[in-house]
Amino acid sequence: MNPTQNAGYPGNHPPRKGFFTDTSICIGCKACEVACKEWNDVPADHFDMTGTSYDNSHSLNANQWRHVAFIEQPKRMGAQDPGMDPPTAPPTDLGMPTVGLPDAQDGVAGELGEKPDFRWLMSSDVCKHCTHAACLDVCPTGSLFRSEFGTVVVQDDICNGCGYCVAACPFGVIDRRKGPDRAKNVGIAQKCTLCYDRMGAGQTPACAQSCPTQSIQYGDLDELRERANTRVAQLHDAGIMDARLYGNEPEDGVGGTGAFFLLLDEPEVYGLPPDPVVTTRDLPHMFHRASAAAAGMLAAVAIAFVGRKS
Amino acid sequence: MTPDQTSDQARGPAGRQDGAGPRFTRTEDEQQTGAVIGSAGGRTTGGSSRRRRPGGRRRHGPGAETMVEEAEFTSYYGRAVVKPAPWELDIPAYLFSGGLAAGTAMIAAAADLTGRPGLRRGSRLGSLAAVAFSGATLVHDLGKPSRFAYMLRVAKLTSPMSVGTWILTAFAPGAGVAGVAEVLDLVPEDRRGRLLGTAHALSRLVARPANLWAALFGPPLAAYTAVLLSDTATPTWHESYRELPFVFVSSALAASSGWGMIVAPLAEIDPLRRLAIGAALVEIGAERRMEHSLGIAAEPLHEGRAGQLMRASAVLTVAGAAGAAFGGRSRVVSALAGAALMAGSACTRFGIFHAGIESAKDPKYTVLPQRERLEREGPTRHPE
Repeated sequence: MNPTQNAGYPGNHPPRKGFFTDTSICIGCKACEVACKEWNDVPADHFDMTGTSYDNSHSLNANQWRHVAFIEQPKRMGAQDPGMDPPTAPPTDLGMPTVGLPDAQDGVAGELGEKPDFRWLMSSDVCKHCTHAACLDVCPTGSLFRSEFGTVVVQDDICNGCGYCVAACPFGVIDRRKGPDRAKNVGIAQKCTLCYDRMGAGQTPACAQSCPTQSIQYGDLDELRERANTRVAQLHDAGIMDARLYGNEPEDGVGGTGAFFLLLDEPEVYGLPPDPVVTTRDLPHMFHRASAAAAGMLAAVAIAFVGRKS
Repeated sequence: MTPDQTSDQARGPAGRQDGAGPRFTRTEDEQQTGAVIGSAGGRTTGGSSRRRRPGGRRRHGPGAETMVEEAEFTSYYGRAVVKPAPWELDIPAYLFSGGLAAGTAMIAAAADLTGRPGLRRGSRLGSLAAVAFSGATLVHDLGKPSRFAYMLRVAKLTSPMSVGTWILTAFAPGAGVAGVAEVLDLVPEDRRGRLLGTAHALSRLVARPANLWAALFGPPLAAYTAVLLSDTATPTWHESYRELPFVFVSSALAASSGWGMIVAPLAEIDPLRRLAIGAALVEIGAERRMEHSLGIAAEPLHEGRAGQLMRASAVLTVAGAAGAAFGGRSRVVSALAGAALMAGSACTRFGIFHAGIESAKDPKYTVLPQRERLEREGPTRHPE
């Protein structure tokens, strides 16, 4: 389904735009988090430590539109080819201090192939801009809308802070801003807009623009999907059989997402639902059940009052 | 599963801390649970502090804990996948008062049509108070009245909140006019004056149509709140969508019958006895069915505050129904039974509300059912 067409835009709307986040090359630098906050004026928040991991930006929420997950795993790293040729000449010694593994010789970090029995997975998460967007469906004010690029955006001045979208999102992305004091739009639902203002001006969203490894790629969704499939095939060829795409399938529970991911493990390891379904899929059934209950209620009162009057 | 994993000790606070790390500041959006985590290499059993068989009450005695094997479960540092609704106690209070307003409006209309003036008056007044209170809770939840008006700028069938807003907007004037007519009726004739006298005469004319109008919107008002909760990603609320409307309408009828049994003359409440007993039976039956079909998402209904409320609700509803059945000619017993029915209905709403919030905070209620579904049916296909 073409969500833009479905939302009533005329045929000449721009192609659907989205993100492809290739977590296999994310280095966890958080440039995306910072760039997003800078461009969108998202307040800094959560200066407390989680105490459970290196990830101290907590989760996607009203003040965190990009969130880099740090997953610490006792699992051997894959031997993926970073795509760069090894240096042909020996490195020049700059006389800088070096750090190596405890058993490494001559202070040189482990030889190629001697990788620690341990790996990091880093993944920059973001609003999925679903084809079937639950937040958009349940919004009672029309504050959430489908943009001409097929993305989902909140209008701050129409949102009434009811919080229904928060509970409806199967990915736990959107949230009502609780603070800090003096921040704008406190009490209003907030999430990634895919930098709607930058897109309109033909620019790349801030996070993708700032990503130093091109882990976050922005563009036409069709093209991104092609690129993603190529990358997965490349990783599979390299023996990284855990590589898989998440959210790219146009007929999944949310109709495919506008922001999809290349993961190296199960989705739930990254805090993503394994098989998300748009909550409104079951709405027709809910309507029928509620109608039956309502009819039953009317009948119950009628029956109770009919009959012998005492 | 190894024996030590099934022991309570392994899931106790100490055991959990080993996995989840030391306790530091924890904010709402990253509640910790027992699952250890973020590690496919070190998969572990997830666990709340107490484990239950899906759909069943906690079983006591040795061996009872090992009945169902705990599924494998991985999450990202035990953090929630979906977000709990950012709703305060206004919302369950609204669910209760909205249901009460709906049920009392219907009872008032029936009492009016069958010539039970005392029950009619008490129910119309109750409906007026309940609808005013429910409106106040909604506005309080949003922060200011103008925000309620934002919802009136669109009508969206895919948003139960939008549909509900319009149902309430249609219902409230009817219940209001019928209620105000009863209030004016209470003012002694010689103290009404000209203005009040005219208003009184007018209100007597429109009271019945207004009441019937409200009674027409009563059933949708009582039922839509179930869809409101179910149409979310909150596991316990969503998975209960088949039975929740029946729980909610019967709970609304039980509370409204209870109100009538408190305020109406003893001679007029016989229909309410029948209604209360029927509603209580349906509520308990639907609730049992719901717990069965919820699977693992039924657990939050038994734990913590939600568990206490749901147990209180069952006791109060049964006691109220028994009082309605055997209270006979006693004014006191009938009124007490009515109060118990109302309290039971309130406990149901608050219990289901809390259970849903808890189910959203623990990732296992999101991840495990989806994993099981994936293994059973493969990935969800949702073409349109």
